[in-house]
Formats: sequence, structure tokens, C-alpha cells
Amino acid sequence: MKVLIPGALRSYTDRSKVEAHGATVAAVLVELEQQYPGIRFRMIDEQDRIRRHIRLFVNGGQVREISQSLDSNDELVIVQALSGG
Amino acid sequence: MKKKAAKPASRKPKSKASSAVSLLVATRKGAWLMHGDAARKNWRIAGPHFLGHIVSHVMLDPRDGRTLLAATKTGHIGPTMMRSTDRGRTWQEAKQPPAFAKAPEGEKGRAVDHTFWLTPGHRDEPGVWYAGTSPQGLFRTNDGGVTWQPFSPINDDMTYRKWMGTAQDGTPDGPKLHSIIVDSRDSKHMLFGMSGGGVHESKDGGNSWQVIIDGMEVVEGFNFDRKDPAFHDPHCVRICPSNPDRLYQQNHCGIYRRDGDGAWVRIGRSMPKTVGDIGFPLVVHPRNDKTLWVLPMDGTTVWPRTSPGGRPSVYTTRNAGKTWQRLDAGFPKSQAWWTVKRQAMSGDAQDPVGLYFGTTSGELWMSRDEGRKWSCIARNLPEIYAVETAQFA
Repeated sequence: MKVLIPGALRSYTDRSKVEAHGATVAAVLVELEQQYPGIRFRMIDEQDRIRRHIRLFVNGGQVREISQSLDSNDELVIVQALSGG
Repeated sequence: MKKKAAKPASRKPKSKASSAVSLLVATRKGAWLMHGDAARKNWRIAGPHFLGHIVSHVMLDPRDGRTLLAATKTGHIGPTMMRSTDRGRTWQEAKQPPAFAKAPEGEKGRAVDHTFWLTPGHRDEPGVWYAGTSPQGLFRTNDGGVTWQPFSPINDDMTYRKWMGTAQDGTPDGPKLHSIIVDSRDSKHMLFGMSGGGVHESKDGGNSWQVIIDGMEVVEGFNFDRKDPAFHDPHCVRICPSNPDRLYQQNHCGIYRRDGDGAWVRIGRSMPKTVGDIGFPLVVHPRNDKTLWVLPMDGTTVWPRTSPGGRPSVYTTRNAGKTWQRLDAGFPKSQAWWTVKRQAMSGDAQDPVGLYFGTTSGELWMSRDEGRKWSCIARNLPEIYAVETAQFA
């Protein structure tokens, strides 16, 4: 499936859109980690929680738990929260 | 208090600079390296490294003179560790940054928000480094920073967790484990501080730890129990290179000295009352265990943590804290409300000792003569978090 990468993580992917697959958000993130080592820990902490200023959306709906199921046609969007200073 | 400017402890008139000093400057928006000439008069700035990243600490491995570690994160994405093995020309990300163990199902585990402190290991243990994190955690690498593991029992010890408290008990940007010290005589003798949570010592390589807070005071007026580590907030602990049996500490509640296994003694009581003995950093002379420098901050009312009266000063003692001398030649005389964080002041090993500090307003100051005269060597940097000296091979 298509995964949109925020600017803060493009040092890993060099691209704004990448492909990764899995039956859950967690599985897609594992595949992303295999392709781009180090990227998962910047989004998901060691307790498998989505980090405070990271938001994940599937087809426009916000992901609360990375165990959420996915269909092969879904689109995962990774966003850095609109905060800063 | 003596009013005369203090003389350098070495009393040698000429600098014996043997090799150039560099400064590793970590800021809220990136890192910079400052390279000085042999006389420490001219400085060349290199950077930014990691522009936009929050860099808490950058340290050189003194065992090889070329490996650098930088503790970084950004405002949005999680923490990591960057490594350079070519003096900062190129950087690689650690494969496994510091992270707590995954909690058992049903329990709420902790997550590292940022690595705050880096300490190279003993000279006989190449590749070993220690890291302190926020929230408080202790980590170790055996491979020069490529992979990190939780170290010692304290991360998951529930007694320690009680002393560590929660985010509400720590410093405004998160409670921290800091001041990791490895005794140069014995790699198994280690210390660290926690804000909050007291000072802790191990004599068996980190397998067990003893609380060393005897003599340390707590915030007055609340009937806090002095024996409870949770009420103690050491800001910076330093060991004397020339006498590792002696420790100094800048604490939320004063400046202290500890000799051997004795109690802490509040040596800051002899500071001028109008200045007080609150602050963050503390620098110990590399060859004289009676000489140290502090940078007082206003600890009154709502704890402004700025230069008392808007008149910045460094204070030094040459007699282990009996008396203090003010060192402010070159500093603004009024309306300078500096804050200097606990890692943002350091000294080099030259003779006379060079002193360096960075302010949260992005100014970098130095003295070539142990604090008698000061000059600003960089302005307009982001908020400075840490300043470390380095001598590259």
C-alpha cells in the first residue's frame, strides 16, 4: 500500500511516498523498518505507543492503536502534529 | 569573600597549550563545533550539524580522539543517537538507541523521551559509553554507541521508580538522569545524579547502588524528609580528576563537597548572600582538587534561574569552598539575565585552564586564564544546552 512520509522522516526514505505492506498498521511499520532502518522508533516508542507528536491516518481516519487492521488498498498517512516552536 | 580577582591556581605566567581545543556546542536547534587555535584566541565555527534537531549533548571519546556521539531528537519524532568516527565530518545513526525494556502485558512501561547525558567509559574499556535519559534511565553501549542496552537494575527497580517520580516531579522539560561518573582508578566505581532522585554510587560496576544524600538539604518550609531521595535534586555532580575521592555538587539547594565516604558539606554557605549558591553547572580544576567554578543563578521567589540582579558572574573557590571570589571581568555590568544550563559550562585541561560556557540566549563565552577575564566568542546561536571541550587526535 501507499505510505505518505512526513518531512521529518524523509531523511530515511528520500521520498514522500513509499510502498509497504501488512495486514495491520503495526505490520506495515515493521516492513517500513526493514526498508528504512531506524524509522519506526522515531514514530513508535518502545512500548508500541504512537509518539506524542506523530499522527497516523488510514483513509482519512486517525489511527489510535497500531493493531488496527488494514486492507491492501488502504493508504497510510504519517503526519507530524501541527505544533512547534 | 576576597574582592581581588583570583590568580590562576597554576601560577605559571605563560600558556603551555599543547594542542588545540575544540568546543562541542549542543543547542535546541542543532550542534556546532568551535575549533580554537593553540593559543585559544581565534575560533572557527563549524556547523550546523542536525539543524532543527534538539541536541542535548555532544561528547568526544577521549580514548580515540575522533569518535563523537550526539544525543538528538526533534520536536516531533522520537529520540536517537548519532555517531561520527571522523571528528564530525560524517554521521551515522545508532542501530539501537537507548530504549527501556518492553513492559509486560497489562503494565504501563516507560519510554525514553530524550537522551540527556553521555559519558565515555573507562579508558580500559574501549567502546563502552553510558547514557542518562529523561525520564530517568541508565543505558550502556559496548560498541561505541551503535547499540544500547538498559544498564543496571535501577531502570526497573520499583524503589528507584518511586524516587524518580513522574514528569510532574522533575525539571520543566522532563526529569533527568545525569552526571554519570566513572572513576578513572576503577571502572566499577560509578556515580550518577537524578533530577529528582538524589545521588547514587556503585562500587561493583553498577550491579548495586547506594544512595549518597547524607548532608544534602531539601527545599525548606514543606517538612520534606531529608532521608528520602525523592526530595533531592542534584543539578550537577563532578569528581576531581586530581583526587577522585573528592566530589563536588551543584544542587537545587546549594553547593556541596564530599570527601571519601563522608557526608556532603554545604560549601555554598560562604557565597555572598545577595548572590546565593543556586545554579546548574560546576567545573572542577583538572589538577587542583581545591579549585572549582560555579555560575550562580537566582533561586529566589519563583526560581527565575537568571543571573542574580542581571549581573552575570562566575564564582571560584581556591580552598575547597571556604571562600569564594567573584569573576566577572568582561561580562555585562547590568541588564544581562543569563541562564546557563548544567551541561553548558566546561573547562579544558590546559595551563592555565580555559573555561567555557553557553547561555540559553545563544552566547558562547570563554576565559583563557581561569576566569580572570572573559570574552564572547559566538553570538546568535540557538538556546545552548551543552558545551563540552574536546581535543581531537
